[in-house]
Amino acid sequence: MSQREFFIDYSRCIGCQACVQACAECDTHRGTSMIHLETIERLDSVQTAPQVCMHCENPVCARVCPADAIKKTPDGVVQSSLKPRCIACSNCVVSCPFGVPKYMAEFEQMMKCDMCYDRSSVGKKPMCAAVCPSGALTFTTMEEIQRTRRGIPVNSWTFGEEEVKTKVYVMVPREVDRVNVDLIQIAPTPSALPADPYDVALMLEVQQ
Amino acid sequence: MAKLSDTIPNLVQHFGPTLHSIPSGGWTRNPQDEKLVKTHCCFCGQQCGIQLRVNNNKVVGFEPWETFPFNKGKLCPKGVKRYMQDEHPDRLKMPLQRIEGRGFEPLAWEPAMQRVVSEIRRIQERYGKDAFAVLTGASLTNEKAYLMGKFARVALQTANIDYNGRLCMVSAGAASKKIFGIDRSANPWSDIPKAKVILIAGANVAETAPITTDYLWQARENGAKLIILDPRMTPIARNADLFIPVRPGGDMAIFNGMLHIMIERGWIDREFIAQHTSGFDAVAETVRKYTPDFAAKIAGVPADMIVKVAELWGPAPTSFLLHARGIEHHSKGVDNCIAAINLVVASGRIGREGCGYAMITGQGNGQGGREQGQKCDQLPGSRDISNPEHRKYIAGVWGVPEESIPQKGLSAVPLVEAIHDGRIKGLISICFNPAVSLPDGNFVREALSKLEFYVNIDFFLSESGRYADIVLPGSLMEEDEGTTTNVEGRVILHRKAVSPPGEAREDWKILCDLAGLLGHKERFSYASPKEIFEELRVASKGGTSDYYGMSWERIDENNGMFWPCPEPGHPGTPRLYEGGKFGHPDGKAHFMPVEWRPSAEMPDAEYPIILTTGRVVSHFLSGTQTRRIGALMDQYPQPRCEMHPRLAEQLGVSDGGFVKVESRRGQIVVRALVVKTIRPDTVFVPYHWPLDRSANNCTIRAIDPVSNIPEFKICAVRISKTDQPTDEIAILGVEAGGIR
Repeated sequence: MSQREFFIDYSRCIGCQACVQACAECDTHRGTSMIHLETIERLDSVQTAPQVCMHCENPVCARVCPADAIKKTPDGVVQSSLKPRCIACSNCVVSCPFGVPKYMAEFEQMMKCDMCYDRSSVGKKPMCAAVCPSGALTFTTMEEIQRTRRGIPVNSWTFGEEEVKTKVYVMVPREVDRVNVDLIQIAPTPSALPADPYDVALMLEVQQ
Repeated sequence: MAKLSDTIPNLVQHFGPTLHSIPSGGWTRNPQDEKLVKTHCCFCGQQCGIQLRVNNNKVVGFEPWETFPFNKGKLCPKGVKRYMQDEHPDRLKMPLQRIEGRGFEPLAWEPAMQRVVSEIRRIQERYGKDAFAVLTGASLTNEKAYLMGKFARVALQTANIDYNGRLCMVSAGAASKKIFGIDRSANPWSDIPKAKVILIAGANVAETAPITTDYLWQARENGAKLIILDPRMTPIARNADLFIPVRPGGDMAIFNGMLHIMIERGWIDREFIAQHTSGFDAVAETVRKYTPDFAAKIAGVPADMIVKVAELWGPAPTSFLLHARGIEHHSKGVDNCIAAINLVVASGRIGREGCGYAMITGQGNGQGGREQGQKCDQLPGSRDISNPEHRKYIAGVWGVPEESIPQKGLSAVPLVEAIHDGRIKGLISICFNPAVSLPDGNFVREALSKLEFYVNIDFFLSESGRYADIVLPGSLMEEDEGTTTNVEGRVILHRKAVSPPGEAREDWKILCDLAGLLGHKERFSYASPKEIFEELRVASKGGTSDYYGMSWERIDENNGMFWPCPEPGHPGTPRLYEGGKFGHPDGKAHFMPVEWRPSAEMPDAEYPIILTTGRVVSHFLSGTQTRRIGALMDQYPQPRCEMHPRLAEQLGVSDGGFVKVESRRGQIVVRALVVKTIRPDTVFVPYHWPLDRSANNCTIRAIDPVSNIPEFKICAVRISKTDQPTDEIAILGVEAGGIR
């Protein structure tokens, strides 16, 4: 069997938090959940989005670490900080384009998703992708994902001018070949806002 | 004498709910000392495969079971954390007896059982056999469900046994039986991804049947269109091709309106209808007036949504219809389901690959629990208790005279009403928490306090158990073995992972011993649940839900088997109705015309808002189990009242503010959750919490005339802004009914 990869499909997420609960069952950090499940804006929508560490090919978190505490294993998995080296500067926390690492004062180190290294390094699925009931998180082969999904997996990103390539893939529509995250206007003018797509009152009104 | 024997804060202090947040043995594991036990989740009707990690007779964690075909390792948060019920500080380990003014004190098994038996005898001698009632549950294994029915009819000889599936599957079951002749989902879930159009009515799949999500998304990857009917935009509705925010109670108008358009535009299968069905003309006549405009007014949605849904569903090459409590929890719940099934049969898209119908079973053994004879009107094998032939067959299996089997008894809500008005004096309950789960909670708790004697079998002291005179410590799913039947009709095997702790016992042993003490030892002398299954499969032989050809070994080898399985060599029946052959004696599907009618209580000037109730993903039913698990409580700690910003503005309520929700029957105070994803005329409150946080304080005791399901999905309320309550209930932990 060819190598299995990690795929995120945000459109499938149902916000159930099975990933959050199962993450805390991984033996490398049992009792502490590392995955982020973002509720986008509950007033407007039920949309949620899971965020694991994307395991960058050239991880910014490791590059900015003054203590050289963040290591990538030969199989491309970026680990939590090495506790004896971590100086709690939080450079990694502020530099990660995906907002993944967190400094955990309780454990005196930066901790983050390590793709359940105790499991994935021995051929098991990471906990979150094993349990995810919606398939928003999937750990499988490239062939399998291409065979079963309409969208395509991409792992190239641009953040402004910064180009990032990640070990983890996200599912996007077929016409997309990379994810461009440009600077966004934090407070758009009301006219620039799209019509509220999930307002049930509007649905009942507009067409009547 | 079943009034509360102590204050609620004192009872909570001694018996919980208490949060359990760290597994037995701590977070560090010793894998070398562990064994993995392949079994199933104890919660919903999906019955996902899971492996429990067991160390020294303690469940210490779980491991996904990726080769079990239904869920392939997938789990929802309840499944992930279910192992935290084990080694729980609230676990009942000794029988308890009620002591006036002091709560409960431990008691040895022998005096506890003697007391139960003498009270059963006293009440039945004084008031008649039927004055002692039995309330059971649909989370019990098939073996225990069978045993409960037999215990009531043989050992107690009471007509009054019913179960909490009455709050769950009875509308869907009755409708399926009327139209198809069989009460079961028609297809295995593997048919879902093969359908080109999927219609889901009244099912918050993402939160109540999360594993089904992947089947739906897979259908969409294959090009299917997804249609959702729900007053709320639930997570599964967000990405649907068509979301119809139907007014609670308006679903039937949409189904009849769809059929109206399908007939008009020729989107029905006339050949199939002629060959395999009866009664279509009457249905066509009934739906004639359900024009899009007429239907839209009832459904409270724009008429073009009804045209759109008919255009998606009508001409589809293959299709799958699923529904759940959203259309079933109504005083017209059966008729709602019939209207939905009429659409399936009229399209002729049933009994083939990718063409089907399913009801999404709620409780763990929601399917099997309604087949083995613990319903008030039913004997094992889904047999009818008023049918002389059926009675005779079961009397033969049980070795009792046919006339000794009682006739049909009261269903759950009338049964509690009979307790309230004094016709029923004694109660034994297992796996049922009516104080939280039945409608009109104040009335229900009042009824429980009127019982002369109440014995409750449970593993935790539930809110209902607090009213008991004797509490007998039973078993968790993982402390016993047995089969359940999942949402698809697949019979699966639960393995025993650990033994019951302390002096707690397997439920079936308690029941058999009680039957023995009541003088029926020879008919309840099983050595194991497997022996009960051997009798159950004979009792089901020739019935609709025929398990006769199954054995525990075959079930295990095949990762479950689908009934009917009439002979030992039979492969089981994953898909029903193949070749257009239905379950009625004439082999046809029987169309039935249904007319919309208003709900029992419609909003008015005094109570202008619709309250609808349901579940959230991290909790299960009355919360007896999930409100004791720390991680699940962290995820959703207390009920909130979901309302649209337009309604919130009218009420002067802001997100997170405290509101009083009151109906003619009772009230709750909870925080508001202001969201645009709900109809402005409707609010939603989940029902998993007790006391002043129990949505069922407000719900109405109206039931469907056929299924007797309560109308949980619509009652009229008024809502006002209020201050944070500070009374003795409010300051309890949120798991016990407090508020933060």
